[in-house]
Amino acid sequence: MNIYVCVKHVPDSAATITVEGDNAINEKITWLMNPYDEHALTEAARIKAAGKAVEIVAVCLGKPAAENTLRSAMAMGADRSILIETDQYHDSIITARALAAAIRKDGTPWIIFTGKESIDSEGMQTQFRLAQHLGLPVATNVIKINADSGGVTVECEREAGTIDVYRMAAPCVVGAGKGLNNPNYPTFPDIVRSRKKPVKRIDLAEQAIDRPAAGMQIRELVPAVEQRTPKALAGSAADIAAQIVDILKNEAKVI
Amino acid sequence: MQPIGLLIEFKGGQIKPANFGMATAARAENRQLVALVVDTPANDAKAALEAYGVTRVVNIRTDSNGWNPAVHAAAVVAAMQENGITTLIGLTSPTGRELLPRVAARLDAPLVMDCIDIDLDAHRVKTSQYSGKTIATISMTGSHFIYGMRANVVAPEEAPAAAEVIDFPFAADQGSGFEVIETRTDGSGSQHLAESDIIISGGRGLKNAENFKLLFDCARHLNAAVGASRVAVDNGWVPYAMQVGQTGVKVNPKVYMAVGISGSIQHFAGMKTAKTVIAINTDAKAAIMANCDYFVVGDLFDILPALEKALASVKR
Repeated sequence: MNIYVCVKHVPDSAATITVEGDNAINEKITWLMNPYDEHALTEAARIKAAGKAVEIVAVCLGKPAAENTLRSAMAMGADRSILIETDQYHDSIITARALAAAIRKDGTPWIIFTGKESIDSEGMQTQFRLAQHLGLPVATNVIKINADSGGVTVECEREAGTIDVYRMAAPCVVGAGKGLNNPNYPTFPDIVRSRKKPVKRIDLAEQAIDRPAAGMQIRELVPAVEQRTPKALAGSAADIAAQIVDILKNEAKVI
Repeated sequence: MQPIGLLIEFKGGQIKPANFGMATAARAENRQLVALVVDTPANDAKAALEAYGVTRVVNIRTDSNGWNPAVHAAAVVAAMQENGITTLIGLTSPTGRELLPRVAARLDAPLVMDCIDIDLDAHRVKTSQYSGKTIATISMTGSHFIYGMRANVVAPEEAPAAAEVIDFPFAADQGSGFEVIETRTDGSGSQHLAESDIIISGGRGLKNAENFKLLFDCARHLNAAVGASRVAVDNGWVPYAMQVGQTGVKVNPKVYMAVGISGSIQHFAGMKTAKTVIAINTDAKAAIMANCDYFVVGDLFDILPALEKALASVKR
């Protein structure tokens, strides 16, 4: 019973993003594992520690530099990893096909984890497409999981104060949410051990992936402009309150 | 006439107002607006939808006995096929985040969530990427097109029409391996952040969970939602679902009040499209103070009670 964890190599959330050309970014910045994927790995490691899984395999579609994210994944508990190499940016339609093909070829999944979304393209959909290709049930923004050999019972946070409880037969796809756990960041010995774990590189071009008729292409990328001119509100607390009410009423017109 | 499917959402028995902005954005002379209503009595909704130009209401009735995203998505796909709909628009709401990707996956169709601009003829949209630091223009190709709109990007405008109501019963396939055990609500999510016109968020300056009451007291008078920064969530003062920011909810309100929030890049990622930003902070050098519309250098524990009092006495 393998657990697969799909991870993505993304720019650090604090990095400065500069646009290059029409639709690309300067990639000479800090890149990290997508934060939601850290929750997925931590949960996979917890399930394995409870004696329920045989092996944890991290899978990533990305450029050669994405190996760093796979090393992090192995430091956080993955036993080995698969890097589906490409030199281009791909949409979630291709990504899901690539991940599905790699997993199908590698072994028999029990649980396939992803993060609930990636913080770079913010597409919120790869886990659903992956599940569709593999014919599996899927739940997203999972904040609690109880796994047994037959499947998983998950709690998903749909919105503030609303939790859905689903039962999914194994194998299944689980999109990890932030509330799932506190990520288990690796120690130095974990990092050393991860260097000896295997990364299998496969070329995206050599995968048996059907050419999709559909796609999403980034035509243009521009920096988001932020231009606000702050004005000070001053006076006593009551004066300030009155000014805020005035703004709400006459400027924003929400009262 | 090209039929455009609108995935309609309800809250407390009423259509969510953001749906009317969606209908307004989709309307054009050569298009027919088809409202898809899932497992909600559509009769009450008919008049409201007609006011915004909807001419057909498809009343989807599934056998799922309540919320079931897998069944509801399958039913929406079936209803689209039955009505010749190849373009579907929904909200990037909690429901939309569940249903739209499931619909897109079933149809192997392109989907862009959180669109801030939509060109239905060119299949071209704008959305933010890299935590709101860039705006991407994305063109979609395929036989079906699915769009998740950010709430409140288009103001609703009425355009009265007459609509027919069509019943669409749907029986789910058995053995999908996906089963709803229960849905629990604790009543705290009375206003969903992403669709709120007014949001009052608290951060480190609130100091503890109890002090969030000051925000809720003000919010009540405004029918506003209360949000929080990551610090407030990580400290366990409020639940994660209230977090505004890169790894939280992305919001687009008319007014965003940041109270005791310094304004990290990651927080801005979640609220930078707000129309008016009002910041209250004791630190005049906090990042939020330099990138807002109005700022108050002051103690939130003085200002919030005064604001609550002022709001309580506003005549409306």
